[in-house]
Amino acid sequence: MNRYSWRTGTLEGVMIVIALIFMIPVYVLINLSVRQQSDLSSPLAPTANPTLDNFGAAWAQSGLGQAMVNSALITVISVGLLVVLGAACAYGLARATARWSPPAFYLFMIGLLVPFQLGLVPLYRNFAAMGLLGTVVPLVIIYVGLRLPFTLFLYTTFLRQIPAEYEEAASIDGAGTFARFRRVVFPLLRPITGTVIILNGLFVWNDFLTPLLYLSGSVNRTVPLAVYSFVNENTTVWPLVFSALIISVIPVLLAFFVFQKTLIQGFASGVKG
Amino acid sequence: MTSPAIAPATDPSPSTAARPRTESVHRRNARRTGSRYLWLFIVPAAAFYVFVVLIPSMQGVFFSFTDWNGLSADWSFVGIDNFVRLFEDPVSIKAIGNTFLYAILSTVFENLFGLLVALALHSRIKSRNVLRVLFFMPVVLLSVVIAYLWQYLFQVNNGAITQLLHAIGLADANPNWLGDPNLVVFSISVIVIWQFTGYTMVIYLAGLQGVPQEQLEAAAIDGAGPVQRFWYVVRPLLAPAITVNIMLSLIRGFMIFDQIWVTTGGGPADTSHSLSTLVYRTAFQFGELGRGTAIAVVLAVIVGILGFIQYRGLLRGGAK
Repeated sequence: MNRYSWRTGTLEGVMIVIALIFMIPVYVLINLSVRQQSDLSSPLAPTANPTLDNFGAAWAQSGLGQAMVNSALITVISVGLLVVLGAACAYGLARATARWSPPAFYLFMIGLLVPFQLGLVPLYRNFAAMGLLGTVVPLVIIYVGLRLPFTLFLYTTFLRQIPAEYEEAASIDGAGTFARFRRVVFPLLRPITGTVIILNGLFVWNDFLTPLLYLSGSVNRTVPLAVYSFVNENTTVWPLVFSALIISVIPVLLAFFVFQKTLIQGFASGVKG
Repeated sequence: MTSPAIAPATDPSPSTAARPRTESVHRRNARRTGSRYLWLFIVPAAAFYVFVVLIPSMQGVFFSFTDWNGLSADWSFVGIDNFVRLFEDPVSIKAIGNTFLYAILSTVFENLFGLLVALALHSRIKSRNVLRVLFFMPVVLLSVVIAYLWQYLFQVNNGAITQLLHAIGLADANPNWLGDPNLVVFSISVIVIWQFTGYTMVIYLAGLQGVPQEQLEAAAIDGAGPVQRFWYVVRPLLAPAITVNIMLSLIRGFMIFDQIWVTTGGGPADTSHSLSTLVYRTAFQFGELGRGTAIAVVLAVIVGILGFIQYRGLLRGGAK
């Protein structure tokens, strides 16, 4: 079982074939994006006279540059707030002895059960009443509130495994509650913070429903919304559309290929709980 | 929540002896570092949570019993009218059925394929790391992008998928993947399965790390074939990964929105709606907020029941 036998070789061959079939959609995506717009041959046939013109046109017309800046801004602020507020809150919940602590924890965990759709309409009305539609403010607030239960779940379960001795030592050295959190606890949370950043970052960057609702028709579009509007305006010009699709996923794909080991590990350890 | 106490038998201190034997590490940590200011750490997070989740959800339940259109100042209670209409309207009945179909189809196949790929890649094949990255890649792509890509692949006449059918000998096949009411839910499920097989795969791969090689070898020496080795050695150790994966797939399936909204918008003739897309259409396109939130309440009840099961499982796992 430890050597590379002919059976392993067969398995390898079969898996490579399966992976190639699995990748056909991605092949079509790339194949079509480099095609002349007048070229109407089969999407599966390799493009005869490839061109990169579509990318220039898609970049110029889609507003994806601005959308990436917006998406990056929203993602960084939301995830940053989630890390700071989530870690602090988990610390409070995990270390508090008062009678309110367990109920408070369970109240947060109810958020794991409530689907976003339930509060979707009223929340929209509340933000409208505050005159915040069309800005990115509601999005950041929503992402923080929405992802807190899951973030807290990750942080709290992790924190409960950390022995209190480190904090006691700091306490004896004269550190107050806040200093203990900032200098001792937060650095200890680093491994799970990675998972929190990855899972929340992907969620926020990918989210389509919230921007569709809050930013439709505004100039502050996010990447999924910019893709959605651009494709709706150019439905039949597939080479142009596919170039835009590729541009829109390049930032995350680059990050993925650079950090794939950490990312996949973070994913697996996060959802394992 | 009931991790065994590490009660040192030699501890002479009477206070330790008096402590309940089941006291967890967590509680012991908590008591040692307790501080009166800890509530200050919770307030900022709680403010976001209350504003975004708790209050709007309660408002949602409230408005599901009204005829509010979202604009006018006056509205009235209509009792359970919205719910009665929901269970009489063929569109919403279809959407409820579809939601279960999306959830079940995606859960079964994401997990079946994800597990098979994970088992194959948890071997000595040389390309395992490259293949793992390839199978995982769709997970990091935007749902919107994946949906548009597949909308193109599913085109009628000479779409890529139809051409592939022709290539394997089905020359006359020309299904209207996204336009045939009997087919559209299955086609959209294919998109979701392609997107998330890599997701279940990495969780299964992480679970397989915990299966000791020695046990597998011992089973092989005892004459167990690959299927028996999987069933009697691997499967019991993989149980937590299976539970987590199935729950995540189910909840993702029940909440499905992006892939439907982009490819069909709920059509043709409202036959591909899930509860999520129907909430959006009813509340925001038709302006019937009362009815829209009633649909959301039904979705909440379904996901809530499922979530509760998962939640208990997760808490038990987290307390270990």
